[in-house]
Amino acid sequence: MTESGKPVLYSYFRSSCSWRVRIALALKGIDFEMVPVNLIKDGGQQFSKDFQALNPMKQVPTLKIDGITIHQSLAIIEYLEETRPTPRLLPQDPKKRASVRMISDLIASGIQPLQNLSILKKVGEVSKDLREETKLTWAQNAITSGFNALEQILQSTAGKYCVGDEIQGGFHTLPHHQLYQQEAAGLGGLPAVSPLPAARYTHRAEGLAPKSCPISTGAQGQKLGGLKRPGNK
Amino acid sequence: MTESGKPVLYSYFRSSCSWRVRIALALKGIDFEMVPVNLIKDGGQQFSKDFQALNPMKQVPTLKIDGITIHQSLAIIEYLEETRPTPRLLPQDPKKRASVRMISDLIASGIQPLQNLSILKKVGEVSKDLREETKLTWAQNAITSGFNALEQILQSTAGKYCVGDEVTMADLCLVPQVANAERFKVDFTPYPTISCINKRLLALEAFQLSHPCRQPDTPTELRA
Repeated sequence: MTESGKPVLYSYFRSSCSWRVRIALALKGIDFEMVPVNLIKDGGQQFSKDFQALNPMKQVPTLKIDGITIHQSLAIIEYLEETRPTPRLLPQDPKKRASVRMISDLIASGIQPLQNLSILKKVGEVSKDLREETKLTWAQNAITSGFNALEQILQSTAGKYCVGDEIQGGFHTLPHHQLYQQEAAGLGGLPAVSPLPAARYTHRAEGLAPKSCPISTGAQGQKLGGLKRPGNK
Repeated sequence: MTESGKPVLYSYFRSSCSWRVRIALALKGIDFEMVPVNLIKDGGQQFSKDFQALNPMKQVPTLKIDGITIHQSLAIIEYLEETRPTPRLLPQDPKKRASVRMISDLIASGIQPLQNLSILKKVGEVSKDLREETKLTWAQNAITSGFNALEQILQSTAGKYCVGDEVTMADLCLVPQVANAERFKVDFTPYPTISCINKRLLALEAFQLSHPCRQPDTPTELRA
């Protein structure tokens, strides 16, 4: 916590994992301080000695709150849910809670780690292929495999949102990935996705993602209207 | 559920994610039916039409219980915790719960997906390199990055086990990941805390009963 007593979130504007936590904090009306960690600049600020001491995995998000430091976005969100329970991010019914966690984990373990900056860098190295195309194809495959499964799962869980009609933990991860997917696959969007769910995703994404902040696959480090806050790092 | 009403677990003997759930079921004394899904035989039984209908991610573990089907090992374990709460797998204190989930997620999102069968196959394809060495190096790097971090984190969370002195979901993730690390010939010299906790946990009955070497689908040559 800062001297003000507010939680401190270490975040990167374009990190989908950081965004999940930012959504949770916004939904729960929790005031916090943001410390940006640029994953590309200076060789990657997550590799600094200071940040490594804070999070040995050298990843964002990391949240300092109530005297403790938590990493892993879903662990952070579950802690926020247990200590600041309104509005709810998990339903009360255990079977619905299982659906929410299943979808969240599908994305957080089954898609995101297979297409993040770190792994795409390793893919480039192991393929000895500096073409962006190789990394793009890898990322697309990771996302489409996961989205193919998710699309099917949502047929039985979804109401207005991922699970029923209330915003849940699993929903948070969708809009960001949809943006990447659209970008990666071309604005034609997902192939073979039925129009209704795709429209639902796009509608949600439009509702949440600032239109003035397009995300591009441009050269690394290109900032396109990302949140700028006076950093205190 | 089967006609007997028991939960049904789709599992592969050597899948670390399946092992996590097997430990949970054993610790909680939950009787269940096992349906083995061989991830290699027949091109991978997880790709069958039937299994795909059950789990569109085409992965184990998958658990049919109480009229629903759940995938993702940690979602399964949290469901078991909420519906069969004793013995506990998560502490009562929210801060300790956060530590348990953080360690579990570090392993389940930060290590395992980067070294499982599926990704190693893709690594082989993208590197156009059929040598096992390339895949082995990739897997070792994924594991050592994660274990370097975990060893540090455990300095502040661990007692007898990963978080304090009771077995938690974090321990259920640790042991199978250590087994993977051993298969990939990771050097454990830098990980004394991980090694010590692992050894302590393996002495417990639930970890032994659920061990890959004692499953219905364990090949003869790997049986204990």
